Amino acid sequence: MSVRRLDPNQPDSFAFTAENVEWAKKQIAKYPEGKQASAVIPLLWRAQEQHDGWLPEPAIRYVAEMLGMDYIRVLEVATFYTMFNLSPVGEHFVQLCGTTPCWLRGADDLKEVCRKHIGPEGKVSADGKFSWMEVECLGACVNAPMVQINADFFEDLDASSFERVLNDLREGREVKPGPQSERHASEPEGGLTSLTTVGDPQTGGGD
Amino acid sequence: MLEDKDRIFTNIYGLQDWRLEAAKKRGDWDGTAAIIAKGRDWILEEMKKSGLRGRGGAGFPTGLKWSFMPKESDGRPHYLVVNADESEPGTCKDRDIMRHDPQKLIEGCLIASFAMGAHACYIYVRGEFIREREQLQAAVDEAYEAGLLGANAAGSGWDFDLYVHHGAGAYICGEETALLESLEGKKGMPRLKPPFPANVGLYGAPTTVNNVESIAVAPTILRRGADWFASLGRPNNTGTKLFCISGHVNKPCNVEEEMGIPLKELLEKHAGGVRGGWDNLLAVIPGGSSVPLLPKSICDDVLMDFDSLKAVQSGLGTAAVIVMDKSTDVIKAIARLSAFYKHESCGQCTPCREGTGWMWRVMERLVAGEAEVEEIDMLLDVTKRVEGHTICALGDAAAWPVQGLIRHFRGTIEERIAAKRGGAARAAE
Repeated sequence: MSVRRLDPNQPDSFAFTAENVEWAKKQIAKYPEGKQASAVIPLLWRAQEQHDGWLPEPAIRYVAEMLGMDYIRVLEVATFYTMFNLSPVGEHFVQLCGTTPCWLRGADDLKEVCRKHIGPEGKVSADGKFSWMEVECLGACVNAPMVQINADFFEDLDASSFERVLNDLREGREVKPGPQSERHASEPEGGLTSLTTVGDPQTGGGD
Repeated sequence: MLEDKDRIFTNIYGLQDWRLEAAKKRGDWDGTAAIIAKGRDWILEEMKKSGLRGRGGAGFPTGLKWSFMPKESDGRPHYLVVNADESEPGTCKDRDIMRHDPQKLIEGCLIASFAMGAHACYIYVRGEFIREREQLQAAVDEAYEAGLLGANAAGSGWDFDLYVHHGAGAYICGEETALLESLEGKKGMPRLKPPFPANVGLYGAPTTVNNVESIAVAPTILRRGADWFASLGRPNNTGTKLFCISGHVNKPCNVEEEMGIPLKELLEKHAGGVRGGWDNLLAVIPGGSSVPLLPKSICDDVLMDFDSLKAVQSGLGTAAVIVMDKSTDVIKAIARLSAFYKHESCGQCTPCREGTGWMWRVMERLVAGEAEVEEIDMLLDVTKRVEGHTICALGDAAAWPVQGLIRHFRGTIEERIAAKRGGAARAAE
């Protein structure tokens, strides 16, 4: 468990944009009648996206009202799930995986890069562009070490490629998500050891 | 070694187009309506005969699980829920299915739902997989447009709706009842069983929760036949499996291989071998963070399947193979997992909530050698008091890595304590 509290500084109000209201209605329609509480995570997530990457208290109330849920139930959800940021984050929010598979392949080096280029964990950099935190396994272990920056994974990192990504983001240059190595995805580097005959008309490669 | 013709996930690396048309060329959605026309009993029987065991970690026979659903509806709807909350450290296979081979999963959802009398299915994707979720949703949209989902799905006569749902960062939601709680809009705290989900699941209705890989292999099994699948691997450990090989190997990768492949062969054939050579191996966690590690002596000839790994007091789990070479501080590697479980405990059961923190704090002291030798047995005792005393298996999962460490590396822990003592004694002189 981790202690998660609402930020002391909160905006006065929150409301979805018209576009998000429409989107929310579609989400709610995925679930049977009377079960609209099922949409609470997707709606809170959308609220966080709309609010610069963190979830303010008025948004929790807003979603509770929209779904006809008790405020306390939505507050429970917002504080239970760790992807809800309860305090402001940088424009580029770096989540660094520090769990064993990434740690074995150099996650500590990436942490140093974060400290040097962004600052202390959990603090938004002075220019507002970055903040970072260590998180638990992000599920890209064969491409370790890796970080998630906003919606994208950056994989097969080392200190220098990670620095390059951060610098590019700082300068507003385009970055390529995914492996920062020669790899396309999760295949072994330097040549396939399986699926070499896929696409071959002899086998069809499929079933 | 598994031949390509027997591989199910032919686009696991995403080197080909993931979209519907390309997926069809790879064999997906071939004769789906005909499979469904064979009826529910035939599907259940084939799945049982195939020997498929759940690919999410516990290894429960999939066909048997499906057969637990009520044969007739008592008025409540039935649900299939797909567990795509892939969060077990070391595991990253379902991610590749969702982003590169999504139609296998979608077709599997239709067939499995039909076999369970479900007209609706939810796929619960972990919150962090944002791009994967978008891709999966795009694949679902394509399937709807092509008439493969919706009313009379794929011309089968079965009406079927498929929804993509997501979480927001909680490992515990990979536990099936916590996942259902989360899907209902609550904190992901596991439910007491019984009642089991097959009787009282999502919204109080009969529900089966299956792992992504288990569902995604079903269509191929039914097309090629249970006998084909059962001919691969070993008895009670049949078929193919996606392995995730991470850590200190030369070429970490995901790969589909035959169940029962020797660990050494798996690492050397596909992952370029252990960094520095096989003799540089220290230990392997063979099935994701929850299973006890194995020292090199066992790794030398152990086979990668449920029963073989159970026989050496570990487990296949999710088949996420985490390799550690001799440069590894193995105590720290396990201490980091203890930190993980402390972070991810939902806090509902006292032994887990308190025990995970307790285990982590002692582990951190063992990393530094700042402990008494007697505390090793005390720690072992604590793991036994957590294990089996909680609603869900997270308590067990937190206990096992520590138990494995003490079982195989007690000497290393003792040496570190002694070294610290020696250092302190020298400093005092």
